Amino acid sequence: MAAGGGELTAPPRPGVRRAVAGALHRRPRLRLSLLLSAPLVWLVVAYLGSLAALFLSAFWTTDPFTSDLVRTWTTANFSDVLTTPVYWHVALRTVGTALGVTLIDVVVAFPIAFYTARVAHPRYRHLLMVAVLTPLWASYLAKAYAWRILLSADGPLDWALKPFGLSGPGYGLPAVVVLLAYLWLPYMILPIHVGLAQLPDGLLEASADLGARSWRTFRSVVLPLVLPSVAAGSVFTFSLSLGDYIAVQIVGGKTELIGNVVYANITLNLPLAAALGTVPVAVIVLYLLAVRRTGTPGTL
Amino acid sequence: MRLSRPARIILRTAAAAGLAVIYVPLLLVVVNSLNADRTFGWPPTRVTTRWWTAAWHSQGARSALWVSVRAGLGATAIALVLGTLVAFAVHRHRFFGRRTLSFLVVLPIALPGIVTGIALNSAFRSVLPPLGLGFGLLTVIIGHATFCVVIVFNNVLARLRRFPGSYEEAAMDLGADTFQVFRDITWPLVRSSVLVGALLAFALSFDEIVVTTFTAGAGVQTLPVWIFGNMARPQQAPVVNVVAAVLVLVSVLPVYAAQRLSGDTASGGRI
Repeated sequence: MAAGGGELTAPPRPGVRRAVAGALHRRPRLRLSLLLSAPLVWLVVAYLGSLAALFLSAFWTTDPFTSDLVRTWTTANFSDVLTTPVYWHVALRTVGTALGVTLIDVVVAFPIAFYTARVAHPRYRHLLMVAVLTPLWASYLAKAYAWRILLSADGPLDWALKPFGLSGPGYGLPAVVVLLAYLWLPYMILPIHVGLAQLPDGLLEASADLGARSWRTFRSVVLPLVLPSVAAGSVFTFSLSLGDYIAVQIVGGKTELIGNVVYANITLNLPLAAALGTVPVAVIVLYLLAVRRTGTPGTL
Repeated sequence: MRLSRPARIILRTAAAAGLAVIYVPLLLVVVNSLNADRTFGWPPTRVTTRWWTAAWHSQGARSALWVSVRAGLGATAIALVLGTLVAFAVHRHRFFGRRTLSFLVVLPIALPGIVTGIALNSAFRSVLPPLGLGFGLLTVIIGHATFCVVIVFNNVLARLRRFPGSYEEAAMDLGADTFQVFRDITWPLVRSSVLVGALLAFALSFDEIVVTTFTAGAGVQTLPVWIFGNMARPQQAPVVNVVAAVLVLVSVLPVYAAQRLSGDTASGGRI
């Protein structure tokens, strides 16, 4: 700003640049269309267009011999998805996994967020949040790989549990749930931390003045007020779990979730994969609508 | 809320345990990369830097790293332009579909990666051949840029919301034209948020695997794709260990830089 100080007070100079600047200044619509044209081409035409085309291709079919797309309108893929018991099992298992992951994250995240937002010394609160959120940027695969090592047969977990006569869960559905819960944990901690930090002290004091002990205050005042934050965090943990197919391949053993089934069908039967792909999207949309009813701020 | 002493102790213990759960697996990767045992038996008995040397010379890991860097730079450059443009449009103007646009920007990371991945894949398959193009690094860059826009958008928009419009009005009152205001007032104020957005967008692209799988051409292998492909191969295990450890250690850098530059929450617009 300082460098431009001299120029700012200079008298207006005629010239093309000045004329363009004036024209832009007088025409907010022109400015807006200049700002938006490139992003809109990218996001609406390229991205939404691809999504729409994908959804459309769910109504097509493939040649059984060549696996080439045949562009005839049919709802067979959707009725396949809805009437095949295997797909129902996989879908239910996936939703169950996502709910389990969300539940674990709420239980683990709450005490951490409560500590970072209300118990820790104010000077260390920010630092603690940085410590919690930094792993969010650590590689997904490195984290998944860490759990693959941790849960391997005779691996670190087995070694640590051996003195107690126990062993780890090994690879399988429980391992998938644990890994996903680990991966998405920061997504749950941050909203709860923010929600708790914003609680007015007055409400807690009023509750104490009225004779409520900690637990009662927690149950009757804190919990209802922080519920929207929990719901906000659950949107992340739930929808991120729903579409994941990498974690399953790394620690899932033979477990199949909807993402794997979609993946397995892509090369040979894209229309079926597309129809299957609408399942997690539909569930996510339903979940978002349900969460919105609980009064989560619409900023997400 | 006045907490009883036992309640405080329980909360402190739970928080410490939680942080331990977050960091122990990351630490484990780093420790294991130094494990001298060829089969990575646990606990490690001896320490070696042999695998680090091996990883340094690994041709596969090196070329994958190079692909990742190029993809990240390309995607970041595009996301930087698009994200900044949308942030300015959303902040400065009131127009039809403004909220929808904000939602549209978030959509690529809100939808499951596999959905975005196959959508782009099938779009490329029908659009590219007539143009005489095929899958390659460029398609990866396009895919990554699509979901990186939101990071730049969130960071720049947060900054724009924080400084008052009166700075720019004052400059205009003093006779500065649109370009001068941008160059002398607006840009210096948003510059660091654009930089943070770029750093974090690069980090996001560097880490991505799902969309990459569906948009990469034959022979185009990013580092995550390389790790994923080599994870189950015992003879590659030492190098995979080291690469994973490097990724864990390196991830601290963008977050640290973002903290220094902006002081926003460490989520960096990802949440």
